Amino acid sequence: MEWDALWLSVRLGGLTVLILLPLAIVVGRLLAVTKVAGKSLIEASLALPIVLPPTVIGLYLLVAFGAGSWVGALWQELFGHTLVFTFEGLLIASVIVNIPFAVQPIQRAFEAISPELREAAACCGLSRWRSLWRIELPLAWPGIMTGMVLTFAHTLGEFGVVLMVGGNISGETRTISIAIYDRVQAFDNAAAGKMAGVLLLISLVTIALSFLFAQRVGRRDD
Amino acid sequence: MTETAGISIRLEQDFPIPLNIDLAVDPGEILAIVGPSGSGKSTCLRAVAGLHKPSIGRIVCNGATWFDTAAGINLDARRRRVGLVFQSYALFPHLTTLENVLEALRDRPPERRRHEALAQLARVRLEGLEERLPRQLSGGQQQRVAVARALARRPDVLLLDEPFSAVDRVTRQRLQRELAELRHDLEMPILLVTHDLDEAARLADRICVIHHGRSLQTASPETVMARPQSPLVARLVDLRNVFSGVVTGHRAEAGKTLLEWQGRCIEARLSKAFPPGAAVTWCIPADSIIVHRRDRPSKGERENPVSGIVREAVRLGQTTELVIVVGDDVRQPFHLEIPTHVARRNGIEVGAAIGFSLRAEAVHLMTPEPDGAGQ
Repeated sequence: MEWDALWLSVRLGGLTVLILLPLAIVVGRLLAVTKVAGKSLIEASLALPIVLPPTVIGLYLLVAFGAGSWVGALWQELFGHTLVFTFEGLLIASVIVNIPFAVQPIQRAFEAISPELREAAACCGLSRWRSLWRIELPLAWPGIMTGMVLTFAHTLGEFGVVLMVGGNISGETRTISIAIYDRVQAFDNAAAGKMAGVLLLISLVTIALSFLFAQRVGRRDD
Repeated sequence: MTETAGISIRLEQDFPIPLNIDLAVDPGEILAIVGPSGSGKSTCLRAVAGLHKPSIGRIVCNGATWFDTAAGINLDARRRRVGLVFQSYALFPHLTTLENVLEALRDRPPERRRHEALAQLARVRLEGLEERLPRQLSGGQQQRVAVARALARRPDVLLLDEPFSAVDRVTRQRLQRELAELRHDLEMPILLVTHDLDEAARLADRICVIHHGRSLQTASPETVMARPQSPLVARLVDLRNVFSGVVTGHRAEAGKTLLEWQGRCIEARLSKAFPPGAAVTWCIPADSIIVHRRDRPSKGERENPVSGIVREAVRLGQTTELVIVVGDDVRQPFHLEIPTHVARRNGIEVGAAIGFSLRAEAVHLMTPEPDGAGQ
């Protein structure tokens, strides 16, 4: 069992969720509530990672992160090392790949809130911040939870993009999925099976917890 | 009305639906905005609340300008003190009854909020239900929470958007009674949007009839129902006895104007605005048509006596609706409602001859509509 690979995956998933949570709430609400010009185009762009093969995204990110691109060059200038084959590069890739998994459920959740509730909040004199905090976020909470769980679970299982951008450096970019692949390549099916089992268990517990939580929120509404 | 008390509303727009509204409501007065679906009633209310911005207009409430396109003023909904009761109530579904009301009390000192919220709930008879969620309440109770929340804001104007449409008839009548009682304590102007004319007549001091976004007539319910400003208003308030005639003269000393209709003379209330020879549209409310008894003379039998043949008699429970053709004109029949037992006792059925009188005082004259107007 490669605990450091598991820990790296969990850390990657957790940080991806932390970074995406505020971003997805802002973008999801914006798309749900306001009339943005070119909304369909924005939505299509955000959904791209769902349909593109992971190797294609991985390739683009690899090129974008490389020292030859302005992103890679800027990173190198600021931090003294390249983005490719580092945990930071992996994290940025993971955030980009998971945008649709986080944004879409949150956008749907905000869309499901009746516009009259926002108007009622305004007529009650609630500030925009109070209206978001007290009315909209609690109502959108199940969708936000779903987005976060999907993001976390998807990060744990991500393989193609991780391999392309991060490679397979132990303790730096070697995630549990890659470790499993690695063990299978080495005909060590027992170790691969053990890790797969742990991954299965973690995924199951995460999703069960999120369902339980969503139910509690739902029960409060009954 | 001066601009220092109550609310004055002037709205104009062409899009998304046309609006041309000019209204003023005094403190403590209930003004009902009545019109068919899509006539702009709710849009008008939303504009007052600051939830819709018309292209031109001015809204002044208690001397404060909320909206004025000429001066570039458009106060945010949060800063207009309005209490709005939505058609669907729009209660916050995840908050209890008490919490719903507390949200409208954020501008009061924290230590007084709870006390005030409880007082508002008691005012609408919801004691004991403070901890319930909206879903655990009946439709009528939800409506009362919405009213309590709207009043908790201490609004400068109370806006009611079809507040009784989502409940059953018995509950509706009870809630209407409660509003009628509650209004005596309310000092702000109240705007009630409804498509139900009876509801408007029961609750409002004045009715504003709107059609395609235009306010056509604003007057007391009695005036609107008995003396509509135009044939279109007559149609909108469901006055069905509307006919065409020609003025033949005035008898000022008797307070009468004489009409020629279907070759007979009809006496109407004196209306000097229409000179002899003028074509007019005239109407009479159904309750001013007195059916004659067959066996003996009826009271007022000599006042505009008319006789016709019953073409339709539709029994609707306790009342029977009659369609009566007078002379050869089948296009403009009389519509009457009489108690079913009266119809039965007098043998009033399809094909029967029937006599009735039109109260001259209730015959009201209007300028005819140009062809196709208001369709």
